[in-house]
Amino acid sequence: MTLQDYHVTRSSNAARTAAILGALILIALVAAPWWAGRADMRLMGEIFLYLALASLWNLMAGYAGLVSVGQQAFVGFGGYMLFALTMFAGLHPIAAIGLAGVFGALVSVPVAVLIFRLRGAYFAIGTWVIAEVFRLGFAQISSLGGGSGSSLPVAIVKSLASKRAMRESLSYWLALGAAVTVITAVYLFLRSRKGLALTAIRDNELAARSLGIDIWRTKFTVYVVTSALTAMIGALIFLQKLRISPDAAFSVNDWTAFVIFIVVIGGIGTIEGPIVGTLVFFALRETLADLGTIYLIVLGVVAIVIMLKAPKGIWGLIRARFDLQLFPLGYRVMVPGKTDKS
Amino acid sequence: MDWLNVIVQGTLLGGLYALFAAGLSLIFGVMRLVNISHGDLIVLAAYLGLTVTSATGLHPLLALVLVVPTMGVIGYVLQRGLLNQTLGDDLLPPLLVTFGLSVIIQNGLLEVYTADPQKMDAGTLETASLAVGGLNLGVLPLLTFAVAIVVIWGLQWTFYHTALGRAFRAVSDNQDIAQLMGLNRRHIFGVAMALALGVTAIAGVLLGIRTSFDPSIGGGRLIFGFEAVIIGGLGNLWGTLAGGVILGVAQTVGAKVDPGWQILSGHLAFLFILAIRPNGLFPRISA
Amino acid sequence: MPEPILQIQGLNAHYGDFQALYGVDMEVSEGEVLAVIGSNGAGKTTLMRSITGLLSNGPGQIKYHDKDISRLRADEIAIQGLSMVPEGRQLFPSLSVRENLMIGAQVGRKGPWSLESVYKLFPILEERKDQQSTSLSGGQQQMVAIGRALMANPDLILFDEISLGLAPIIIKDIYDALPGIIGEGMSAIIVEQDISKALSVSSRVYCLQEGRVSLEGTSDTVSREDISRAYFGIE
Repeated sequence: MTLQDYHVTRSSNAARTAAILGALILIALVAAPWWAGRADMRLMGEIFLYLALASLWNLMAGYAGLVSVGQQAFVGFGGYMLFALTMFAGLHPIAAIGLAGVFGALVSVPVAVLIFRLRGAYFAIGTWVIAEVFRLGFAQISSLGGGSGSSLPVAIVKSLASKRAMRESLSYWLALGAAVTVITAVYLFLRSRKGLALTAIRDNELAARSLGIDIWRTKFTVYVVTSALTAMIGALIFLQKLRISPDAAFSVNDWTAFVIFIVVIGGIGTIEGPIVGTLVFFALRETLADLGTIYLIVLGVVAIVIMLKAPKGIWGLIRARFDLQLFPLGYRVMVPGKTDKS
Repeated sequence: MDWLNVIVQGTLLGGLYALFAAGLSLIFGVMRLVNISHGDLIVLAAYLGLTVTSATGLHPLLALVLVVPTMGVIGYVLQRGLLNQTLGDDLLPPLLVTFGLSVIIQNGLLEVYTADPQKMDAGTLETASLAVGGLNLGVLPLLTFAVAIVVIWGLQWTFYHTALGRAFRAVSDNQDIAQLMGLNRRHIFGVAMALALGVTAIAGVLLGIRTSFDPSIGGGRLIFGFEAVIIGGLGNLWGTLAGGVILGVAQTVGAKVDPGWQILSGHLAFLFILAIRPNGLFPRISA
Repeated sequence: MPEPILQIQGLNAHYGDFQALYGVDMEVSEGEVLAVIGSNGAGKTTLMRSITGLLSNGPGQIKYHDKDISRLRADEIAIQGLSMVPEGRQLFPSLSVRENLMIGAQVGRKGPWSLESVYKLFPILEERKDQQSTSLSGGQQQMVAIGRALMANPDLILFDEISLGLAPIIIKDIYDALPGIIGEGMSAIIVEQDISKALSVSSRVYCLQEGRVSLEGTSDTVSREDISRAYFGIE
């Protein structure tokens, strides 16, 4: 057994199996309009959008250490951009979604410059203040319905596709595309140089700084990119809802609390966590939602227990038990004889 | 005169915000904990006040005799039973656990008291006013402001002139060494949280006399308290009073311009101060 | 043979995966002054942290007055009358000199030490009693740290590297004062890199090397050669 027998690899059998399985599932999901009912498609669309939001929040909190309780700022902002750009600028909804991302990025720059002055938990509350400023600000714009909000005009809805079934399929595919795009982007980002820098910062800020990693800039980049993508998801969410109001658009419960629960339950700081968390969250919601407030209390208790007893969430437990990694980020040394056939 | 009135009303409103902020500032000072559920605990105190007044017929201010110790006990138990487990170098556990707590308290209140807005009946206190130099000052806002001054003075005195305050500062400086001197930090933290929630109880009851409240308003109260803390400068108790006053004045001035701008102008004033003085106006410790 | 006040048996200590102490045995008798020497990283500070309860230990490894204290928290151990002058002094910066001393008395044990007697030992501290502790010179800060530990009226006091970072003249003053301090019937463990200083005030000496006891002997009979062998591990 010589040193050459050892090799360093990122992939593993599990990751390859997951990739093949993932591709098959993805094909089945793309084909959903041909096999799923309308209600199922709506639900799946919602699941994908939450998955995307959760993956983005996880990138910020779990990797960049930017714990935000104000991501509803960008969800709502994106939603309002969709309405404003289609209603007043006459843009096609899909173009409006893209532009919502651009504007989201632009707005997030001054926001980041301001609230990055706050550290840790105070940063979190600062993001909430920003979301409140957005909510109260949009409530002042009477052409968008002020405090009571407005509906997307029928003509704009029809411009997406004239037939209802087609519209529903399209918005489903957009949601699926968003989730796939976000997860892929997060995965590729974390594998990149910048992503490795991020992990280094998370693990040890002092050491990372001494290695010459510009922490402020790395976090800033993450914040701006996340905000842009969150705004696009927000536009998609309100394209499905067709109606927007300040309270719905900037709801801390809907767009932040649920997202945090998803990530914490699934496993913060892992790519797989938000996926697991989203599935668990929707399973709980579909079975317990009738309980109303009790359901939310249960969710809160579960999140606290997980945070204290298993801080890496359900995925962390699975990974510790089976040494699994579906989205291989780290390298591992394969010992000859123990290698999988590759 | 109109504008003077607006500024005076805003200043008095700032007293209430300083009370929101004092508890937040205290626990941050002692254990570097930022409690996201702070606003919901204020609302919880208001509901406890409501329950006591409607069950006993006591005046809301007298109900404080029961509400303050109850909140104190809740604080101690919460800290020893839950929050102490979250303290450490990692930022996430305290943040996410108190966030979960916020959701639990809010929905627990919804379950018990429904979403209907409630208000405490304080009789003539609510409408009584004093004419001072052409201004008409409500007795309740004046009382609130006076209470804020007394509470902050009391906290300040406790911090700098008692054995408990000495222990607070020692644990805040260096937990390990304080432990070596026989101070059980878990207990000290519990006492600090009890004290903070005692102040929160006063804030909640005064809030509940002043305006109607429902389970959803906790987040907003947390934000006001937080803004007062940051404007005033971290770790400075008198600073939180100044921060509360600035926030209150910004809100009443905004409301004078356009009623829809009340809360928004408070937030903008906060962001403005954050832009020009990131450490607040009177900082004492860096976060 | 006087009663042992502190008995350490097979003490292991870990920081995560890293083991810092391997089966350390040690004993301190009542009224005895023990020196613990060793190079940087030999495990001296870890030993202090284990004894005082800042590190958690396995059961039965440390006995104090015949009582197992291995699993107690630091504050519970402090109340039993074991106090420490920590390395680097570690005063509380937001407390005045007087308040720092008062914190030491927090455990509420009776004995000869009080504000008055500490001020008598170090008169300068009374002059500076209302100043922030961080405004004092290094030597004065060390006096506060010693006074703070004495205020607990301990039976056993640990001095961790008290000469570190101080001018030689001040070190001399402090070591001259030590016998007077310990003479009040206390036992002491002195952890020191300055070997001759440590030997001059102690009756017995232990040397640590890479987490193990490499030498144990009486301070006035132990030879230079033995020490350098135990200290550096040179055969």
